[in-house]
Amino acid sequence: MKTARFTLCGNLHALRSISAVALTTFTLLAAPAWASGGEVPLDKATINLNDQASLQRGARNFVNYCLNCHNAAFMRYSALTKIGLNEQQIRDNLMFTSDKFSDMMVSALDPQDAKDWFGGLPPDLTLVARVRGSDWLYTFLRSFHRDDASPTGWNNPVFKNVGMPHVLHDLQGTQVLTKAAEKPGHDGQMEPVMKLAVDRAGTMTAAEYDRFVADLVNYMTYMAEPARAERGQIGILVLFFLVVAFFVSLWLKHEYWKDVK
Amino acid sequence: MANVTKQAIEPPIGGPLGKAIVWVDQRFPLMALWKSQVSEYYAPKNFNFWYYFGVLSTVALAIQIVTGIFLTMNYKPDAKLAFASVEYIMREVPGGWLIRYMHSTGASLFFVVVYLHMMRGLMYGSYRKPRELLWIFGCLIYLCMMAEAFFGYLLPWGQMSYWGAQVIINLFAAIPFIGEDLSVWIRGDYNIGDATLNRFFAFHVIAIPLVLLGLVAAHLVALHEVGSNNPDGIEINKDLSPDGTPKDGIPFHPYYTVKDTVGVVVFLAVFSAIVFFAPDMGGYFLEGPNFVQADPLQTPAHIAPVWYFTPYYAMLRAVPSELASFLPATQFYGVAIMGGATMILFALPWLDRGKVKSVRYRGPIYRWFLAAFVVSFLILGYLGVVSTTVWGQLPKGLAIVGGMDVATLVARILTAVYFAFFLLMPWYTRKDKELPEPERVTY
Repeated sequence: MKTARFTLCGNLHALRSISAVALTTFTLLAAPAWASGGEVPLDKATINLNDQASLQRGARNFVNYCLNCHNAAFMRYSALTKIGLNEQQIRDNLMFTSDKFSDMMVSALDPQDAKDWFGGLPPDLTLVARVRGSDWLYTFLRSFHRDDASPTGWNNPVFKNVGMPHVLHDLQGTQVLTKAAEKPGHDGQMEPVMKLAVDRAGTMTAAEYDRFVADLVNYMTYMAEPARAERGQIGILVLFFLVVAFFVSLWLKHEYWKDVK
Repeated sequence: MANVTKQAIEPPIGGPLGKAIVWVDQRFPLMALWKSQVSEYYAPKNFNFWYYFGVLSTVALAIQIVTGIFLTMNYKPDAKLAFASVEYIMREVPGGWLIRYMHSTGASLFFVVVYLHMMRGLMYGSYRKPRELLWIFGCLIYLCMMAEAFFGYLLPWGQMSYWGAQVIINLFAAIPFIGEDLSVWIRGDYNIGDATLNRFFAFHVIAIPLVLLGLVAAHLVALHEVGSNNPDGIEINKDLSPDGTPKDGIPFHPYYTVKDTVGVVVFLAVFSAIVFFAPDMGGYFLEGPNFVQADPLQTPAHIAPVWYFTPYYAMLRAVPSELASFLPATQFYGVAIMGGATMILFALPWLDRGKVKSVRYRGPIYRWFLAAFVVSFLILGYLGVVSTTVWGQLPKGLAIVGGMDVATLVARILTAVYFAFFLLMPWYTRKDKELPEPERVTY
């Protein structure tokens, strides 16, 4: 695309070589800036903000499990009408800590209790999908394992020594972190390759639990940026208009420039 | 004294609008301005791709001002409310997300087009006599943009806003003797806080924009006084038609107004694609950690400035705080290099001793220096984004550089190349074997 533009204007002489070097450097720059989560490879979350059933299940999961301790203090209950729920459904099924429909989604947890129990306030989750990324959340929520050395009895390779216990363990069951193999590391020494394995089953199968977390992460992705579903649709219209405007303006330019000799 | 009635002009168009134009023109130099600045302002006919970026900078500035006004209507410059007010704009103000993304994308694209605009000036010698002052106004605009971007970045009051500002203000603290007091004076507090946010808001929404608009006006007045340069770097005013207009010039309107419209549409398409489909630009335009509210007690693991500052940030990090045993150890050396890297732009018109202006007729030495300069700037930009350990360490056994981060060594070399481009310019531009300039522009 860039090369095409350069050819259009022509006459670049020596600058071609400079541009080529510049383009190569730009390609280098395209590497991602935020490698999140350290060395653990992240599983891909399936995000589909048009799947209202998934978003509704995710909202239910969020309210039932996350909102006990975490807030979503920038999200109103009333905003859930945008994922296809009506006021009565939201009041009956999703509002446990508040009875005002326009209230923010705030936990009933007392901040002082939170400090005593977890050593700090659990972070607000409204925007966490933008901070950490959907894939990170999807992997994190499926990677808790038992760890007797940690204060909560739980640990997580995606977020080492996280202060949060595995609140979904009745669903997932419990996992242990075991050494699966060894591979040579950077400095020639053998490094263990760790693997998570279920040692006590929960109420859900592995596939059901993955679906549960996928819905939850889909909802959290929506909550982090409710405009995301809408902006793509408007964007297509705007770009369509601009493509038409491009051809019209190009034609106009050629008409006027005919007499420039 | 001034009781001479101005001769009424012929109405340029029929109907009531034509009459209104005549009415205004008798009281204001409307037609004279239109003619001298637009319809009879002669621009060289051989402008190429690089000549779109001047008008695109103006478009970007207009987008920033208009969206900025609307953001101000709902933003709260208060450390307790700022972060939530931005989320309020994103979620509850009708169209708020669009305005906010236009502003954040506009900031980055403003720098993209201005960097390309400066590159154009560099390549075709647009800073050379008689355009020195035009170039200096441009450099001042660039400084204002950097200040504007810096002040504006604190306003969302996220973690990167807070810690980025902390890092930059601490640079001022490295200035000998007055540094500490100066940094407190800038912050208005011993830490970044509500006082800092309030004053940065004032600078961002009124002080700097006023200066910026004044400078843009001066930049345009100076341009129209001396006329535009062109890719051949020769003056079109040397060769006039019998009617006194340049042979190689064409009226800005309608020729360049229609041509620039094409460029503006393409720019808006790129702009819209980002706004609607990738407003974060993978963390380059909106950084992930900035969606966490500022927390003075929690330093983020990795503080990186936004991409348009990263070449200078890489230089800052590359300069050691201990230069020699007889000099005091201070971060000031890095700060001085970083400041010098922007200030040296002002000297450019007087460093260049070449006979020709355009890179088309320059000799090989200049072309190599220019290429090395551009590559250095881009790689420094990349290194400023990533951690210094990105390319690993040199083997411990090596003399002098043993055990050093490869990226730091590369950044030092490239910083030297950046400065060499300017400081050696008086020598290599005089010595270079240049080609003869053509009599007329190539079209």
